[in-house]
Amino acid sequence: MTIAFWALAVLLVASAMFVITAKKPVHSVAGLLAHFFFLAITYFMLSAEFLAVIQLIVYSGAILMLFVFVIALLSSGVAPFSVGPDRLPKIAAPATLIVAVLLGFVAYGISREPIVLANEHGVAAGPVGAAGVFGSVADFGHALFTTNLLPFEITAFILMVAVIGVILLAGDHVPYVPTRRRARIVERDMREAIVRAGEE
Amino acid sequence: MRPDLLPVALANYVGLASVIFFIGVAGVVVRRNPLIMLMSIELMWNAANLLFLAFARAWLNNAGHIFAFLVITVAAAEAAIGLAIVVVVFRSRANVDVDEVALMKG
Repeated sequence: MTIAFWALAVLLVASAMFVITAKKPVHSVAGLLAHFFFLAITYFMLSAEFLAVIQLIVYSGAILMLFVFVIALLSSGVAPFSVGPDRLPKIAAPATLIVAVLLGFVAYGISREPIVLANEHGVAAGPVGAAGVFGSVADFGHALFTTNLLPFEITAFILMVAVIGVILLAGDHVPYVPTRRRARIVERDMREAIVRAGEE
Repeated sequence: MRPDLLPVALANYVGLASVIFFIGVAGVVVRRNPLIMLMSIELMWNAANLLFLAFARAWLNNAGHIFAFLVITVAAAEAAIGLAIVVVVFRSRANVDVDEVALMKG
């Protein structure tokens, strides 16, 4: 377990350094993706399996996709990349090798000393994913929907505020309000257009 | 309830999380690209999350998991709004640099 932790620590710090030193934002996104993946493994080692899955789905799946879309949107008017035979940076191959070796250390460390699951009475052995043990989905869901129901509902409110804010910031600034008067105007315009088309 | 149930000492997790947090701080301070600054902020959120989960595991208390869940939600909202601001501000510019946006500087 100690070997796995230190290998993961090296990977986490290295990928974080890559995020802030990469020249192109797309490379930073790739580094951040690797960082979140290693972080999810760390969460598994801390027997927080639900949070590990959420980390992969929400961060790597949703937030990083948002970053990639914004990068694509912002660079759409800029001159395109120069596409050559060596599009990958030079450190790609050795970095991949080192990451593979360190991930091997992680797998070896975890397999040699399996993740000890714990319950409220102390450390208890049990299969990962079993109901009721600390950090399992059932455990987390029980805590979320009983004791912490109000914070959970507040997250829904926060997300709604964020959605409204994003629409107000980046959306169309003349919102379509379907009033009866506007509907009548649209109807009249369409009728006139049809009449005009018939005359021509 | 004793904080020695971890296979790896808690201090190591605290050290790792602080190193990642300060890498994120350095990214915000040094880089001038707003997208990379937002990514550095994500690094800082995740360092905080790592600490929440490490302490939750050490004390065998579920509250850290709930807090990490809330942090992930708030980080998602923050990323969405921050990227919307970036899109609005830099939609018409060729190169993206926060130093060019100095309208609200005193």
